[in-house]
Amino acid sequence: MIEVEDLEVAFGRVKAVRGVSLSVPEGESFGIVGESGSGKSTVLRAICGLAPISGGRVRVAGEELRKTARSAGFHRSVQMVFQDPYGSLHPRHTVDRVLSEPLAIHRFDDREGRIRRVLEAVGLGPGFRFRYPHQLSGGQRQRVAIARALILEPKILLLDEPTSALDASIQAEVLNLLDDLRARRGLTYLMVSHDLAVVAHMCDRLLVMSQGLEVETLTREALRRRAATQDYTRRLLAASEGYPAQETP
Amino acid sequence: MTELLKVEDLRITFPTRQGPREAVRGVSFTLGRERLGVVGESGSGKSQTGRALMGLTPPPGVATARTLSFDGQDLRGAGKRQWRALRGRRIAMVMQDPKYSLNPVMTVGRQISEALGRVGGLSSREKRAKALAMLEAVMIRDPERVYDSYPHELSGGMGQRAMIAMMLAPDPDLLIADEPTSALDVTVRIEVLRIMDRLVSERGMGLIFISHDLKLVSQFCDRVLVMYAGRVVEELAAADLASAQHPYTRGLMRCTPDLDHDLRPLPTLRRDAEWAK
Repeated sequence: MIEVEDLEVAFGRVKAVRGVSLSVPEGESFGIVGESGSGKSTVLRAICGLAPISGGRVRVAGEELRKTARSAGFHRSVQMVFQDPYGSLHPRHTVDRVLSEPLAIHRFDDREGRIRRVLEAVGLGPGFRFRYPHQLSGGQRQRVAIARALILEPKILLLDEPTSALDASIQAEVLNLLDDLRARRGLTYLMVSHDLAVVAHMCDRLLVMSQGLEVETLTREALRRRAATQDYTRRLLAASEGYPAQETP
Repeated sequence: MTELLKVEDLRITFPTRQGPREAVRGVSFTLGRERLGVVGESGSGKSQTGRALMGLTPPPGVATARTLSFDGQDLRGAGKRQWRALRGRRIAMVMQDPKYSLNPVMTVGRQISEALGRVGGLSSREKRAKALAMLEAVMIRDPERVYDSYPHELSGGMGQRAMIAMMLAPDPDLLIADEPTSALDVTVRIEVLRIMDRLVSERGMGLIFISHDLKLVSQFCDRVLVMYAGRVVEELAAADLASAQHPYTRGLMRCTPDLDHDLRPLPTLRRDAEWAK
């Protein structure tokens, strides 16, 4: 479904991504983990055309992608959910308007029914339809952002830290929702996060990135067995265990 | 245990169009020279509690308390002069993101010297020497370079260490750290915590560690206050967190995904209107 070979992304002289390859078959959930500046989000942004592909090949659903231009069909099958639900929704558009716009652009029929069903699917009742973002909590906003991505019935969701701006209890709800939607709709996920535990929960396989380079690809089971082959991954694993009990002097 | 801070029935009220709204509703605790964690989700009032201890409740908010005493001094209705004598010298605060809490147009060294200047009685050479020593104490390898750097020239972890150096330079008795590591990468986070831990225990300070991360707090602190909707719903020793009684604490513990257990769906928190009462 998603094939990335030796992807390079350069912003001027700075190479944010320096040769990353990954391949995600249909229906799989694949994760990218790394620290800030590792280029993990840039990989997602390059796939959907928000960052320029300056080297390597990217194919999504058989379509070869060029620098930044994407076809309308691409946007119908690939949608993205961003990190910050406070920044990614237009503050002066109601939920209804946020959801109808993509339907109008892609000339979908039965807009009424689609909006009603998608709000249902993300666990927001019809009562939320005419609210503005500021009338919603963080978790509800992220549900709207997910609904906006789902309304075009895409095959692939690109998830850029979808829960890191949310409280732990809300994060659990959103992760469950994403898990459930994937199972019901057979979606393919490419998810980026700095949180190993979140990625291990959501993804079957994951790629560890550091400073624009790929470190290694692991399966969830390998991660559980702590079978990392690279030092960097081991350090990341150790750090995500939390603060080590100190040896009292 | 000597009592450093005593808070009884702290309330913080903000006027809204619907009438006054209490963000903190009767919080009480005492602090000795120990590490106290304050945990809660956004909107639980944990940060407002921390700020009120510094007299930094943002207007139009008003903080009131039955008792608010620091080392025997009553802080209720303390004037500007009294606060000035405490802030930075005896009570220090580390904020979440060094990008916003350091002065962007002043070198790190000058900022630390300024913090030291408030203690008084130091020549500029002594201030410089002490600032460099502090930078070394927070494990900055090249203190001279960092001393002459502007905040934008430093990474997040480096900036937060500089911030800690600045706050600890005047040897305060109490350090309030509000999400000091949330803006940092996980591998850097542990280092910064270790530095803070060492300095706090070496100098015998009291530490209030405010965080949303229950797991981290339980590993780092001696005692934990769990806040929900402006109240402390549970207070317990960090070691006893596994046997927490309150359903909110237990729900918060369970709802984060865990590398070793595959729980699907994740247990979610069922909020009870009773908790907020």
